Amino acid sequence: MTSSGFGIGRIRWNWLGALAVLIAALPLVYETSTPTLLAIWALFALSLALMWGYAGILSFGHAAYFGLGAYTYAIASFNIGESTVPLLLALVVPAIVAAIIGALMFYGRISDVYLGVMTLVVTLILNRFMNATAGDAYRIGNARLGGFNGIPAFPTLNVPGDPNWAIYGTAYYYVVIVCLLAAYLIARWILSSAFGRTLIGIRENEQRMELLGYDVAGYKTAIFSVSGAMAGLAGSLFANWAEIVTPSVFSLGQTAEVLIWVIVGGLGTLIGPMIAAVALGSLKLGLGHQTTIDNSLVLGAILILVVLLIPRGFAPSFAAWRRLFAQAQVHRRQARSTRRRRLALQDAKQ
Amino acid sequence: MDYAAIVVLEILYMIAFLALISAGLAIVFGMMRVINLAHGEFVMLGGYATIASAKAGINIYLAMLVISPIVVGVIGLIVERLIVRFLYGRMIDVMLATWGLSLLLIGLVTLIFGNTAVSVPAPIPGYQIGHYQMGGYNLFVIAVAAILMSAMWFALRYTRIGLVARGAMQGREIISALGYNPNTIYMLTFMVGAALSGLAGGVMAPLTGLLPSVGGAYIAKAFITVITGGAAVIAGTLTTAALFGTVDQLVSFASTPVVGEIAMLGLALILLRLMPQGITGQFFRNST
Repeated sequence: MTSSGFGIGRIRWNWLGALAVLIAALPLVYETSTPTLLAIWALFALSLALMWGYAGILSFGHAAYFGLGAYTYAIASFNIGESTVPLLLALVVPAIVAAIIGALMFYGRISDVYLGVMTLVVTLILNRFMNATAGDAYRIGNARLGGFNGIPAFPTLNVPGDPNWAIYGTAYYYVVIVCLLAAYLIARWILSSAFGRTLIGIRENEQRMELLGYDVAGYKTAIFSVSGAMAGLAGSLFANWAEIVTPSVFSLGQTAEVLIWVIVGGLGTLIGPMIAAVALGSLKLGLGHQTTIDNSLVLGAILILVVLLIPRGFAPSFAAWRRLFAQAQVHRRQARSTRRRRLALQDAKQ
Repeated sequence: MDYAAIVVLEILYMIAFLALISAGLAIVFGMMRVINLAHGEFVMLGGYATIASAKAGINIYLAMLVISPIVVGVIGLIVERLIVRFLYGRMIDVMLATWGLSLLLIGLVTLIFGNTAVSVPAPIPGYQIGHYQMGGYNLFVIAVAAILMSAMWFALRYTRIGLVARGAMQGREIISALGYNPNTIYMLTFMVGAALSGLAGGVMAPLTGLLPSVGGAYIAKAFITVITGGAAVIAGTLTTAALFGTVDQLVSFASTPVVGEIAMLGLALILLRLMPQGITGQFFRNST
């Protein structure tokens, strides 16, 4: 895997460079609102891909951290005004919550389905709670939680230190892209470090790693927390994009979507889920413009087909197909050269 | 006094509700170790089958007790043949595929029935306890749940089918050893589970009204009831339904229904943390 671009190993700078130029030039030819949203979704997918694909932890409630990030940002920016601290809080709060929940689960040796249920229940609790916070009684500082209607009109992102200098439109697009790129490189760095290697070891065989003396629960808690922080960042960026936060950020649909992106993109890769988030996100937005075919019908069909036909997801399958193709070519070349040599030998005999 | 009677009735109703919507999921999970995340949508389809039949002039009891289970059972059979049977033994993949199925069914029902609420009036009028007006239909739900649970317990304990079913809980080999084809048994189990979900949907339809997305409200509750219950189908479902139903309603009466639901979910978290194998993994080990 290390030699292919999808693995843990080297980064293909030429591809990355080409992609960077393309992404940087996009605002010149296209509006930036949709690409910004797609990049935020890619970041969200990346956060789950890191945890599920490499540490083998499947959370059915990743929307919890996305939503916590969004709500933290909205509440903090109402109270603080300047956006730098709220953005940092939107990383820290989900990370702490994820660490607490993760520690509770992993030190209790909870895995598989039970972990799925617990993470799902946490998301549901947040969803129900936020839906019920209508009225003046529910406020944190200056921010009214607003129940079903959510929190509108909070101060959005500004240049650090100057609350009047707001970042929006094309500038915000670049901010999101930089966040996505930074998160991607951090994920790559984590995976190539000893910590990341240990995580992959845990995914492959938890018992073996434990017997080798690693604190498996500790490692899992740590990556759960890192992934929570990334999801929180995605959530706060989403809050800035939408300029409103509603309890739907905690919904089952949000969780389902990010799961689908990751499984379609491919477990054990980072780039696959990001591409899938952009592709399926575009598809969703496109389907939103018409009414004949329901969006969830298409998403559901895609999920079923992928699980049945390409359970490893697109990116690993694609890499495997490319290897097969390359092998076939080598075989063909060998066969050709053998034949040529044989012909040459026959010529020499005559 | 009247108030106490109402609280008790509401608690009983909540327990019946939880047991009813969990029964199908519990059978499929208990016997096949398959988590069907489209369970909520099976319940929803049962509701639509009942309402559509009732609107077509069919007797509503016939619709909910016979037509809904048959319709959803057949849908379950198709789903098992087309999707689930390829994924046995791959727990996570089944969950993902059935989640996809749940989205697909929501989309399909939205296409057919539209994204608007439909409902059917409850066929039993309310009655009076002191100053309080109570829904008479709730009593019917309690009765249906009680009969269903007793019937399931009797069938599992004393019939040949029940013996095979309990064998299936032990694993594929036991079914083979009993002289049956595991694939057939699994197929039938999934179908029965779906039919029970359809029954639950039909019975609940007059109380809740229906939207294509209503399944989400059922799946979470059924899910925690079954998983927290553990491997024993009847004992597990009944204990957790009783526990969650009581907590939910008591807290609801003391504050608001939302807080009640949050309390129930919180209790589920604590129980799962303390007993990851479910309550029946810890207590009542030899029950069904």
